[in-house]
Amino acid sequence: MKKSISIIAALIVMATMSFTASAARDTIKIVGSSTVYPFATVVAERFGKSTKFNTPVIESTGSGGGLKLFCKGVGVEHPDITNASRRIKQKEIDLCAKAGITDIIEIKIGYDGIVVANSKRADTLSLTKRQIFLALAPEIPHPNGAKQLIKNPHKTWKDVDSSLPNVAIEVLGPPPTSGTRDAFGELAMEGGCKTFKWLKDIKKENKKRYKAICRSVREDGPYIEAGENDNLIVQKLNANPKAVGVFGYSFLVENSDSIQGSFVDGVLPTFENIANGDYGVSRSLYFYVKKDHIGTIPGMKEYLREFTADKTIGQDGYLTEKGLIPMPSSEYKQFRSAARKLTSFKGLN
Amino acid sequence: MSNSSSNSSSITEIVNKGLKKRYRSEFMFRLYGITSILFAAAFLIVFFSSIIDKGYSAFTQGELNISIYLDPEIIDPDNTRDEEEIRYANYDKLVFDSLKNFFPSVSSRKERKELKALVSNGTSLRIQSLVLDDMSLIGKTLDLSVKLDSDIDMFLKGNVDITLDESQRRISDNQVKWTNELKTKGLISQKFNSTLFSAGDSREPEQAGVLGALIGSFFMLLITFIVAFPLGVAAAIYLEEFAPKNKFTDFVEVNINNLAAVPSIIYGLLGLAVFINFFGMPRSAPLVGGLVLALMTFPVIIIASRAALQSVPPSITDAALGVGASKIQTVFDHVFPLALPGMLTGSIIGMARALGESAPLLMIGMVAFVVDIPSTPLDASAALPVQVYLWADAPERGFVERTSAAILVLLFFLLVMNSTAIWLRNKFEIKW
Repeated sequence: MKKSISIIAALIVMATMSFTASAARDTIKIVGSSTVYPFATVVAERFGKSTKFNTPVIESTGSGGGLKLFCKGVGVEHPDITNASRRIKQKEIDLCAKAGITDIIEIKIGYDGIVVANSKRADTLSLTKRQIFLALAPEIPHPNGAKQLIKNPHKTWKDVDSSLPNVAIEVLGPPPTSGTRDAFGELAMEGGCKTFKWLKDIKKENKKRYKAICRSVREDGPYIEAGENDNLIVQKLNANPKAVGVFGYSFLVENSDSIQGSFVDGVLPTFENIANGDYGVSRSLYFYVKKDHIGTIPGMKEYLREFTADKTIGQDGYLTEKGLIPMPSSEYKQFRSAARKLTSFKGLN
Repeated sequence: MSNSSSNSSSITEIVNKGLKKRYRSEFMFRLYGITSILFAAAFLIVFFSSIIDKGYSAFTQGELNISIYLDPEIIDPDNTRDEEEIRYANYDKLVFDSLKNFFPSVSSRKERKELKALVSNGTSLRIQSLVLDDMSLIGKTLDLSVKLDSDIDMFLKGNVDITLDESQRRISDNQVKWTNELKTKGLISQKFNSTLFSAGDSREPEQAGVLGALIGSFFMLLITFIVAFPLGVAAAIYLEEFAPKNKFTDFVEVNINNLAAVPSIIYGLLGLAVFINFFGMPRSAPLVGGLVLALMTFPVIIIASRAALQSVPPSITDAALGVGASKIQTVFDHVFPLALPGMLTGSIIGMARALGESAPLLMIGMVAFVVDIPSTPLDASAALPVQVYLWADAPERGFVERTSAAILVLLFFLLVMNSTAIWLRNKFEIKW
C-alpha cells in the first residue's frame, strides 16, 4: 500500500516536472528533412561547442513531417526550426497560419544534386532524362509513336535504348515519403516525360493526370525502394555492380572511391556542374524559423548567424566539404541579410 | 510349453526386425537436432565475428603528438584576459602553425587545407577550453596528443585504397605522404579511444561517443522499471490470488496475453498521442521513452509474475491459512517472497527487450541528433539502439566501424542483463 502511494507520488512529481520543463526550454529544437539533417547537425555541433549555448537537438522527420510538426503552433512544446529539402507549400503556409504562425523566416542554404550512380567496377552510365523516364515509368508512350500509353515493357537498359548496356534494369531508390524521391520524380522523371510533346500537352488539360503519368515510378520490380538509408543503397551497389542507385550528392562525395555518378543529359554530377546549374537534377535546401520563438529560446539568432556565415555555407564553407553545393554569391547575400535582419517570409511568389 | 516359447521367440523376432528402424529413426532425430543447433550456432558465429571484425578497430584511434605554442598575439593580442575575447580567438591558426612546423614547405591554399585536415577539427575547440580553464597557459607551449581526422585514421587502419586515383579517394597524395612521414618519425600512435565512452554524438566520427545514448537508455530503463515493475507485480498478485474467476477476469487475462504480442511500434504511437500530444511532455525525452517502454514491458512482467506465483506450491498457502494467517498475510509474507526471484528474472528479461527496442522510440522523437549528455530524464537524449540506427545512416566512412562498436556495447549490456537474470534465478531458485 505504502509502495503504491509512493509510486503515485513519484508519477505526479514527474508529470509536474515535465510541465515545468516545457514551460522553459533552453535548447533549440529542430525537425525536418533527412537530406538537410547531415548539414544541420554539423552546424549545430559547431554552434554548441563554440558558444555558451546548448547544442540544438535535431530530429530527422522528413520535410513534410517536419513542417507538420512546425506548423502545430507557437510555444515551447513546438519545434523552433524545420529543415526542408523543398520549398514550403501553400497548403503548409495555410496550416501554419491557422495555428497562429504567420511570421516565418525562410533561409535557403544551398543546393543538393540527386545522382544516379553505380559501382566503379561497372562502366559509367550515360543516360538522358528521357531514358530514365522510359526505364522507370509505370506506363510509357507506345514505341510506334501513337498517342497511347502502354504498360512499361522494358526489362533491360538495352530495351530502353540500344546504346545502353544489356543488363537488367535494377534501380535502388528512396521511398515515396522521401524528399529525394519527390525531387527525382519532379526533375528527372518529369524532365524525361516532357520530351514527349503530347504528354506535355496533357498538363494544360489535366494537371493531375499529367503528374500521375510523369512522376510515378513503376512497381513491377525494376525500381526497388531501398528505404531512407542512403548508406544501405551504397553498400548494395558495391555488392552488385549491375544495380544503379538514386541518392543525394553528399553520399557520392563520401563514397567516391567505390561508386561513380552517371552522366545525365551528358553532364556528370560534379561540384562545379551542380553549382553552376548544368547538372539538371538538383534542388534547393531550406530551413524555416519561427520568428515568435526568437527571444524566447536562447541562441536562435546566433544559430541563424552561424548557419548563414560565410565560413559555413559560403563558397569554401565547411558544409561544402560535406557535399553541400553553395549558392551563387548574390543569392547567398540575400539570404544572409534575411538571417541578420530576421526578414519575414513574404509568401510564395 | 513349447508353444509359448515359440510364441515369445516370434515376438522377439518382430521386435528385432523393427529394431534397426527404431534405432535409425532415433539416430536421425538426434542428427536433426544437432544440425539445427549447429546451424543456429553458425549464424551466431557469423553474426558476431562480422560485427567484431568491423567494430574492434573503433576502440582505438590514431593520435598525433604535437607541441602547440599558445601565441598571445593570436589568443589575446591586447592582453585583456577577457573571456569573450579569448573565446573567439582563432585557435585553428595555432593548430595549423604547429602542424606547419613539421612541413615548412606548405604554402598553396590547397596544401594548407590538406594539412589542416590531418587532425580532427575538434582540436581547436579542445585548446580553446584548455585556455579558458587556465589563462596562465597563454604564452606557453603545450605538448598534446591530438586526434587525427577520421579520414586519416581510416587510412592508417587500412580502409582506404591508395592505389586509386587521387580524385577518387577521401585523402590526397600529400596527406598520404605526410601521414607516412609523421608515422616513421614515431609521432603517430594508435591509442585507446576513450572518446567513444565519454562523449555524446558528433558528426565527426573521431569525436563521436555513446555516453549520451548510454545515459539516455539508463534513464529510460530506470523509469520503465519504476513504473512497470510495481504495477505489473501488483496486477499479477491481484489477478492470481484475489480476483474472482469469472468472465471478466478471463477477458482481462486474454487481453494481457494479447498486449504482450502487440508490435512495439503501436506503443510508440500510443505514447505520441497520450504522453506528448495530450499531456504535453517534451519530445525526445527519456521520460516519455521510459513510459512507452513501461507500457510495452508491463504485460510481459504480469505474465512472468503470474507464472512465478503459480510455481509456489499450494502447500505453503494451505499451511499459512491453516495456522490462521489472513489471505493478505499469506500472500505477502509467504507466497510473494518466494515468487519474487522469478518475478525479477522475468522483469529483467522484459527490460532487456526494452533496452534493444527502437521502433517505438522513432515515434516519440528519440531519433534525434543530441550532442549534450542528458543530466535528467527530461533532457533530450538518444538511446543505444537508436544511436546504432543513426550511425548506420551517417555518410562518413568512420561511422561504419563505430556502428559496429555501438552494437557491441549494446550487446554487452544485453548480455549483462540476461546473465543477471540467470544468476538471480540460480541463486534464489528453490526446488520443491
